[in-house]
Amino acid sequence: MKKLITTATMAVSILLVSGNSVFAKESVASLRGTQDIQGSSLKVTKKKLVSQEGGFERSYKQQPPMIPHKIDKYKINLKNNGCLKCHSKKNHKKEKAPMLGESHFLTRDGKKLDHVSSRRYFCNQCHAPQVDANPLVKNEFDGLK
Amino acid sequence: MTSGQKKGTFSVLIIGIILGIALWGGFNWALELTNTEQFCISCHEMRDNPYEDLQETIHFTNRTGVRATCPDCHVPREWIHKIVRKIQASNELYHHFIVKDVDTPEKFEAKKLELARHVWKAMKDTDSRECRNCHNFDSMDFERQESRSADRHEEAIEKGYTCIDCHKGIAHQLPEGYDPGDDAPGGDDEED
Repeated sequence: MKKLITTATMAVSILLVSGNSVFAKESVASLRGTQDIQGSSLKVTKKKLVSQEGGFERSYKQQPPMIPHKIDKYKINLKNNGCLKCHSKKNHKKEKAPMLGESHFLTRDGKKLDHVSSRRYFCNQCHAPQVDANPLVKNEFDGLK
Repeated sequence: MTSGQKKGTFSVLIIGIILGIALWGGFNWALELTNTEQFCISCHEMRDNPYEDLQETIHFTNRTGVRATCPDCHVPREWIHKIVRKIQASNELYHHFIVKDVDTPEKFEAKKLELARHVWKAMKDTDSRECRNCHNFDSMDFERQESRSADRHEEAIEKGYTCIDCHKGIAHQLPEGYDPGDDAPGGDDEED
């Protein structure tokens, strides 16, 4: 009996889920568009990265600063981190670049290291370059002042 | 001078000229043949390592379609320097045929820092002569550069930095063990 109920519930839920997705397919277009799942996605128009002298203003105090220059020539991999060429403790003054924050030298246990902590190593996980693009959705967002 | 003697001198001269053209031409032909990318990557060490690296960089593909081949950066154009470099290259043959210390990607990777340091030193010593075959401060329009590039280039002229001081790893991936964050142009001496 118990088995029967479980099977029935499962069947109903599967029906519900699949029914839902059929419905969803008709009314909501994903970012992928209506492209067939087997085909390749739509080609994205390339936008140039923006360079802005003096940097971008932050929207709130703890926001990782956005990157105000092109980054395609700087590689980050296990062997080296090209961003540090200018942003390292040693070079930033000479290169007139902001130094990476002190927090980047701390391990997750709060221990201070003399090199960049591995959890902060991949700069563009938090810091993003910007393009001059229109917002996808119209909005009146204004950062904290 | 009899006419027979004259004839003899004349034919020696002609033979000499022809032989000269053939030998010098042949030498130059061989020199140029070994000065092509095709020749460089006929060795698997070059094909599988530095050439692979190069293909991901702006010196291989870019918007204008101008590209640099191996000898454009690594063989001097001036004759005497070119000959010197060609003689040095015998060391590369020695390592390829006898020592075999870079014959796998793993071995190459392990030696990459040392090899890179040799090239960086050579470029520093010649004031980046091969870079300047194409890139010339006099022809740079700082107005058309990004401000951070223009500022740094003007500073480089003023302080006498050379291309390789800043532009390491632009045509090949940087080797393990080199920290870009520890290498500023001009070294440690002139901190302000």
